[in-house]
Amino acid sequence: MSASPVAGAVWPAFRWALARDVTLAFRSRMELAVQLLFYALVVVLFPLSLPPDGALLAAVGPGVLWVAALLASLLALPRLLAADYHDGTLEQIALSPYPLAALVSGKIAAHWLTTGLPLVVLTPLFALPYGLDGEAIVVLAAGLALGTPILSLLGAIGAALTLGARGGGSLLALLILPLYAPVLIFGAGAADAVRAGVGAGAHLSLLGAGLLVAIAAAPWAAAAAVRIALD
Amino acid sequence: MLAAHDLAARRGFAQLFAGLAFRVDPGSALLVTGANGTGKTTLLRILAGLTAPTAGAVHWNGALVAPFDPSLRAAVAYAGHAPALNDNLTAGENLASLAALGGTPASDDQLRAALDTVALAAQRNLPARVLSQGQRRRIGLARLVLSSRPLWLLDEPVTALDAAGIGALTDLVRRHLDGGGLVVAATHVTLDLPAARVAELALG
Repeated sequence: MSASPVAGAVWPAFRWALARDVTLAFRSRMELAVQLLFYALVVVLFPLSLPPDGALLAAVGPGVLWVAALLASLLALPRLLAADYHDGTLEQIALSPYPLAALVSGKIAAHWLTTGLPLVVLTPLFALPYGLDGEAIVVLAAGLALGTPILSLLGAIGAALTLGARGGGSLLALLILPLYAPVLIFGAGAADAVRAGVGAGAHLSLLGAGLLVAIAAAPWAAAAAVRIALD
Repeated sequence: MLAAHDLAARRGFAQLFAGLAFRVDPGSALLVTGANGTGKTTLLRILAGLTAPTAGAVHWNGALVAPFDPSLRAAVAYAGHAPALNDNLTAGENLASLAALGGTPASDDQLRAALDTVALAAQRNLPARVLSQGQRRRIGLARLVLSSRPLWLLDEPVTALDAAGIGALTDLVRRHLDGGGLVVAATHVTLDLPAARVAELALG
């Protein structure tokens, strides 16, 4: 018997994984809410620890939002693959005739839709405590829109590599946070550039380029790591 | 036809088995027996293409297959220790999801019929988290029915099943063999199958 007729079907595979994981995320809405609440708390607590100085807050605001976004994305990473690994679904995913990288891509897309996208949409709200002006908010949201998918894509590689490892959660943070650094630098840098009056074009272009590279490479790397984890 | 030549596997530093050779023809079953820790699960995982043997080769229909080989992935229905059920999905949703993942989406009628064969029709809309271990196993059996794969790899399929469940499993396996399918099962319990169809492989 030769390969299954669905062997090259990228889109149905992507859709299967996306629909399943989004459904599951909404079945455990509590976890989603906790994650968003965590983000909101970090963003709101930070100004309380600083002197009441408008210029200072406007200067640190984008950086704080970015660091909080990094941590919120990291917080949801164990859910990306670990649950499926423990209940045996990941074995079935790896044995599916569909391309594994496409299935993993669908899971990554679901992770971004449930963790990254809400942060992008709510940026104007979360920027309030920092008194950012309109242009800074737009650039910050644009940066998050380009950057948070990179976090999900890179995070998937880390999540796959730490499957089955003891202390997987903390190991995952150690492994993946350094990789998040460039995204943080260019993301927060875009907002700084606007304040400095030089325009955010360069930073956003670099983030966009980074996103394209991550889309092209991360699903394959994560798929390879999943196969190694199951071996 | 599934054939293994000179298979060897190790777990850590311990040699599980070596020089293993067997052949399973369409319409026949291989029951793998042996004490705990003799490599039954490892053997099934090698045959499923989830892991590579340390030596030897697996052939499917005459062609050498490496782990995750597309032709093997299109032929194997693997039922491992973990039943691959998500607690937050209902029995029906789990089954539909696994069938779609296998590349053979099931219609509503097919789902109902498959759940009926394992006497779970009434539990269709219950979340998997409230099902008993035996009922979870039964969903695994229903998945085999829907998969329409020629090669079934069953790891301890009778675990947690009651007498009726074992009867249903035996019926399914017998029907699968009648239809020209192949079965490799690691099991402690001898299933009531026609002796001419069954070979036994003792590990350890």
